[in-house]
Amino acid sequence: MKRMLSLWLDRQSDRLFILPSVLMILAFSIFPLLISAYLALSRFQLGIGGYQLHFVGFANFAKLLFGTEQYHFLGVFAPIPWLGWLLLALLAGLLGASLVRYLRGGPAGIAGLIGRAILMTLILALALLLAATLAAGGQLGSLSVTLLYVILGVSAQFVCGLALAMLCSQRIAGRGFFRVVFFLPLMVTPVGIAYMFRMLADMTQGPLAPLWRLFGLGDLSWASQAWSARLVVMVGDSWQWIPFIFIVMLAALEGQSQDQVEAASLDGASYWQIFRGVTWPEIAPVAATVVLIRVIEAFKIIDLPNVLTNGGPGIATESLTLHSFINWRTLDLGGSAAVAYMLLFVSTVFCSSFFNFIMQPLRSARA
Amino acid sequence: MSKAVRRTSLFEPRRYGELAPASKIAVYGLLALWSTVVLFPLYWVAITSFKLPIDVAYPPKYLPFIDYQPSLHAWRYIFVDLGNDTFRPYMNSVIVAPLSTLLALIIGSMAAYALSRIQYRPSLGSVVTFILLLAGVVLAVALAGIDWRIATLVAFVLFFFLLRALGSRFRRRLGNGDILFWIISQRILPPVVAAIPVYVMFQKLHMLDTHAALIATYATVNLPIVVWLMYDFFVAVPKDLEESAQLDGASRFRIFIGIVLPLAKPGLIATGLLVLILAWNEYLLALFLSTAKAQTIPLLVAAQNATRGPQWWYMSVLIIIMIAPVLVITITLQKYIAKGLLLGAVKG
Repeated sequence: MKRMLSLWLDRQSDRLFILPSVLMILAFSIFPLLISAYLALSRFQLGIGGYQLHFVGFANFAKLLFGTEQYHFLGVFAPIPWLGWLLLALLAGLLGASLVRYLRGGPAGIAGLIGRAILMTLILALALLLAATLAAGGQLGSLSVTLLYVILGVSAQFVCGLALAMLCSQRIAGRGFFRVVFFLPLMVTPVGIAYMFRMLADMTQGPLAPLWRLFGLGDLSWASQAWSARLVVMVGDSWQWIPFIFIVMLAALEGQSQDQVEAASLDGASYWQIFRGVTWPEIAPVAATVVLIRVIEAFKIIDLPNVLTNGGPGIATESLTLHSFINWRTLDLGGSAAVAYMLLFVSTVFCSSFFNFIMQPLRSARA
Repeated sequence: MSKAVRRTSLFEPRRYGELAPASKIAVYGLLALWSTVVLFPLYWVAITSFKLPIDVAYPPKYLPFIDYQPSLHAWRYIFVDLGNDTFRPYMNSVIVAPLSTLLALIIGSMAAYALSRIQYRPSLGSVVTFILLLAGVVLAVALAGIDWRIATLVAFVLFFFLLRALGSRFRRRLGNGDILFWIISQRILPPVVAAIPVYVMFQKLHMLDTHAALIATYATVNLPIVVWLMYDFFVAVPKDLEESAQLDGASRFRIFIGIVLPLAKPGLIATGLLVLILAWNEYLLALFLSTAKAQTIPLLVAAQNATRGPQWWYMSVLIIIMIAPVLVITITLQKYIAKGLLLGAVKG
């Protein structure tokens, strides 16, 4: 009996190895995803002795995009100044040019065409949204705020992380020490970081208070200004995540072969020339991967804005995840699921396009 | 001879492969600046935890023993007066984070190993059928009010017979790459999308606010990372040993546990550390799934604000005890992390 069982196990082992993972993901990701889709299409009401779900179609999404929740999700629009239109036209031109190049480059597949169409529509729509909400008189909604966290935050983190990695890859004494120190913030719980930065940014009692007084800013409160509040959230996020980019880029820099670098420097190439011509092409695939990982995580930001500013002042620092969570707390389950689905849509399109259009070409170019 | 070679300029390197003195100073300056940026916030938290309320007021006091007399009052309050209110969430985190990490590591590395060694060819048709039936179950339970147990049973029976009947017609097949991509792409899924249904699921099972609920969801959320990183390790592990063991008649499980896992130990440590940190710091899912009994330490810290305003001295103690274990573990195992992250990121 026992022998038969072990024989059976051995024959089924191919499936048994992968089954637990598939079941876990089905149970806690795919199945909830389907329920969430249903929730997003219905209205949740507490009734006597329980709750009721009414199917309302796309009403929740319509409310976010055009209805009473528009200010919260998209923001308040203002007329776009001519500079904004100019930038938008430039962006549209660039997208059009890349599409033309794709069509000329060979037979276009249906999937590739549809994917590009979705991506370009989304990019243009989001650019229009940013232009209209960033213009004077406009107000950012949770979607634009999340985009800011992703675009501004990740770019700043990447530049700082790469710069630090390049400094640390020089042949100097004490590299090991700096490496450990720079790595520390990654370990700190985001909730702890939020309180830490509230303490540090306290303009009346914090460690920098004398400095603020010197500039006559002692009475100013960063938490009551939209942009300073967003800045503090982004600084906190960067403080935590720069180490991650640093450590990976450092490993990539140290892994590159030294022959070409030495040959180039013997030929009299400057540091900047070597970086652009030799180093960057070699580390670009790693850089793309690390940026993708960061973008994926940055779309989900909640702990910092929630603890630092509670999404305030008003909704100025509210990310999409926080927006969804607040809706859930007020028992608007349908609205919460709708926001979550919009987040899923935007981040999926962005991340998969980044993977297809930036990472894959880079990696196949190297291979 | 050597005197003639040595240059005197500040901007020329003394020896080949070294930096010029001027740029060396610049590099050290920048590194020191960033070290300050990293260390000062931690230092400030550490000294604030020893301050009396009066020492927190303006003007700021920077140096213990010189600017102010350190006091242990905050530590005493958190550990002695609050006692259980501190230890319970702490113990919850100590239980949940490592166990979920272990679960994710075991399940994830099994899948990663299998994907790197065995060819899977599930047909696209059966996957689509499965998803459609799952959606049907959701609709039937939500709209028609059918008991979920009955609906699931019917769906499974249907799935079985449909596969029997149509299985041979499904020609398009998926490969290992598709499965790998599917698992890894789960990381893109924002947890908030799944959080409410997971909440309802655990409520139906009467498992809200339990360790098991947190462990299962944390493990699932971190599973994609494990599969991604471990897949690269297993691809790199040479196959000769396994093949000779297979010829000797060892089963796949035995090979996996006895040969493959020990070889992939550095990868397991790096991945485990990363996942442990993520699980220890997790906030959103804990917010949904735990209220009192299973409350984790990030929740306790986050709740401080609501209950008694920012009392920085207590807060600092909590932050220190929250980050201390992770800091200690990471500094001791630091060299593994860089290696592990690199392998995953470089090979993608």
